[in-house]
Amino acid sequence: MTIETVFLMVFALGSLTGAVAMFFLRHPMRVALALIGTMVSLAAIYAQLGMHVIAVFQVLVYVGAVMVFMIYAIMLLDVRDRSFTERFSPLLVAGLAGLLLLLGVLIDGLLRGQPFPAVDVPPDAFSVSTFAIVFMEQFWVYFALTAVLLLVAEIAASAVIDIRRRGQDVAAVRAERGDDHG
Amino acid sequence: MDDTTFLLALSGMLFALGLVGVIVRRNLLVMLMFLELMLNGVILSLVVFTQMLGAEAGAVLVFLVFVVAAAEIAIAVPILLLLVRTGRTLDPGAYAGLKG
Repeated sequence: MTIETVFLMVFALGSLTGAVAMFFLRHPMRVALALIGTMVSLAAIYAQLGMHVIAVFQVLVYVGAVMVFMIYAIMLLDVRDRSFTERFSPLLVAGLAGLLLLLGVLIDGLLRGQPFPAVDVPPDAFSVSTFAIVFMEQFWVYFALTAVLLLVAEIAASAVIDIRRRGQDVAAVRAERGDDHG
Repeated sequence: MDDTTFLLALSGMLFALGLVGVIVRRNLLVMLMFLELMLNGVILSLVVFTQMLGAEAGAVLVFLVFVVAAAEIAIAVPILLLLVRTGRTLDPGAYAGLKG
């Protein structure tokens, strides 16, 4: 067993521990911290595989943007209601049975499957410069299209929120007028 | 078990844990985080196959998935804030009326 395999197993164990901890932790902030641990462990696995660009993006985009946004939302919504006192829904038993079934199918598939053929990959296949050249020469149109579609989605979400807010304002004005007439 | 099979097993386990978490937890924010866990499991398998086959297009696809995931959260969290402002709870059972 090489040192790379040992590191891989350590980080895999870290990511799995974080994922399992997410089940049992009650407060959403602790769940978020467990998820951050899982994401950082996955970034370490990507770096171990030589995919440094993906590892950097994992930390920058997921931990740096997505989870920070999520933590802001958790701080804004410190609601201590039924969802806080009762962690699990009535589907707990069915969900755990589904988990066991899924894991059984997964293990069976992996044990029966053929080993993957080794492909000769050049050592700098996923370096930053190679990624940047491939990205800018072949895939920039797809990225631009994705950006435009996401912009449309963001504008649509803002429009929905604005329509809802205006509807509430109109309802409030009508309620006031109704009170005046009454 | 070689490294590739081991990482694919890890990817499947993360996806399964995320799926079951969405089903069994009661908090909307926590459910959203389990969705992210599912997406991370899928991304791990994509990265493993990309590295195994030496396909640069896979790395670009992973990058696009990161971008879409960030936008998804940017839309999902404000929707959640609006819901909580209306219903004052994070329990998804309280919003059963949204079914129509």
